[in-house]
Amino acid sequence: MKKKDPDLLLFHAPLLRQGMTTPRAMRDVIYALLPATGAALWFFGLSAVLVIGSCIAGAVLAEVTFAKRETRGESLRDATGVLTGLLLGLTLPPGLPMWMAFLGGFVAISLGKVIWGGLGHNLFNPALLGRAFLLATFPIAMTTWVPAAGGFLDVYASNLALPFMQAQVDGVTSATPLGMMKFEQEVTPLANLVLGRTGGSLGETSGLLLLLGGIYLWLRRDLDWRIPVSILLTVVIFSAVLTLFDGERFPSPLFSLFSGGLMLGAIYMATDPVTSPVTPRGAWIFGIGVGVLVILIRVFGGLPEGVMYAILLMNAATPLIDRYTQPRVFGRGVDST
Amino acid sequence: MKKSDSYEEFIKGIWRDNPVFVQVLGMCPMLAVTNSAINAVAMGMATFFVLVGSSFLVSSFRNWIPKQVRISCFIIIIATFVTVADYTLLALVPKVHKELGAFIPLIVANCMILGRQEAFSSRYPVRLAVMDAIGMAGGFLLALFSLGAIREILGDGALFGIKLFGENFEPWVIMILPPGGFLTLGVILLFFNWFKFKKDEFLAEVAEAERGGG
Repeated sequence: MKKKDPDLLLFHAPLLRQGMTTPRAMRDVIYALLPATGAALWFFGLSAVLVIGSCIAGAVLAEVTFAKRETRGESLRDATGVLTGLLLGLTLPPGLPMWMAFLGGFVAISLGKVIWGGLGHNLFNPALLGRAFLLATFPIAMTTWVPAAGGFLDVYASNLALPFMQAQVDGVTSATPLGMMKFEQEVTPLANLVLGRTGGSLGETSGLLLLLGGIYLWLRRDLDWRIPVSILLTVVIFSAVLTLFDGERFPSPLFSLFSGGLMLGAIYMATDPVTSPVTPRGAWIFGIGVGVLVILIRVFGGLPEGVMYAILLMNAATPLIDRYTQPRVFGRGVDST
Repeated sequence: MKKSDSYEEFIKGIWRDNPVFVQVLGMCPMLAVTNSAINAVAMGMATFFVLVGSSFLVSSFRNWIPKQVRISCFIIIIATFVTVADYTLLALVPKVHKELGAFIPLIVANCMILGRQEAFSSRYPVRLAVMDAIGMAGGFLLALFSLGAIREILGDGALFGIKLFGENFEPWVIMILPPGGFLTLGVILLFFNWFKFKKDEFLAEVAEAERGGG
């Protein structure tokens, strides 16, 4: 007979279970991205669904194809494939042919994650790696920005290009705010930047909704607040200094903050726990490095946007940062390791 | 028995000990000049000529080459053939020669060639040495051609300059740039290792079944 109130209970560790698991963290990030995804649907209509859907399909297909039979169910359930596809989709131009988006998702998971040994072993952020691959492979399609769609059901003809075939561009193209700043010295009104009424990638146009998602993630303790804060602060300070130096030539701090993929990159991609430093001091160094590189590439480099390369470069430096910012073990001297 | 020996030397270079895909030698020309099939084949032919010629000479002189200075002797022999190949390409196909540029003189430094002289030609009779050189150089040519063909088909939609998919093909620009070489080579190496892994697994299974049955 079982006693209702035993005198002694024996358990083995772990005694406390925290609800923080990989699938939960991944799902949280997906929820946090939902407002921005909604904004993408609002501005770009059905095309957004097609592009993001193809990315996710490619990513999940790679996940299924290359997973070992024993771990296949697990790697599907933790939703990293879906998240990588979604993140990649949000960084792509709305008029990108679906087959390219699919290829991007496939490459992001296969070359960005599986080939390194799976989740947790990759050096670079898979979604950004997929984007870098697409940008190097299809430079024209990846920098053709179409204006926001007329109605929800309007689909850009270029979305439906046959596999391996060129996209027919609809004639009208628009420039991104950063492109206009760089090549035509034309500043986009700030309100448009904050709300997202500009040309650009699917998910990067609305700074406000991305920030909301970031706050949700921070409340859920899913991200290290030091990284986005240090990136955004560095960008603001650096561009403020440049503006003081020459206000005509250099973009203002607020413009830098809300234009391009900075919000998306700083909040959702730079904070990827696998590819960013784990130590608090390392997180500050990482963030400052990304911020400086973003402004350097945007202002002095040949490309209008530098968030992707800035984060990838700092990803490469992450193991080194981690190594030099190890906290001193309590009770040990400075020299002993 | 003798015949099967030279056949063995020939086939091992083509597949089992392929200099590029298995030994991972000669990476410099492999990555640098395979951006189109024609460049890759020209490079492969030049290397083929140099390797077979120098293997023949080294093997013939193997008893007269002093041990202490053998490397310099090999290099002089190789360099002679490279110079011949260089001028022949310049006279026959000046356009390809211009594209290959510095990589033709650099055949001298191809570690696959020197490696074959050191490991094989300087120790075996002429017939075997030449068969080995033909096999190795054939494997190298095959590897260069497959890499160049993949890169040209994806990066340009063409093979030997002939358009395969019509005008609307979207070229994969990365494939004719240096990263494309690394990516393609990596994927092919991945396939080779996977194939070897599967083969070993299969052989182990067969051995297991035989032991169980017997």
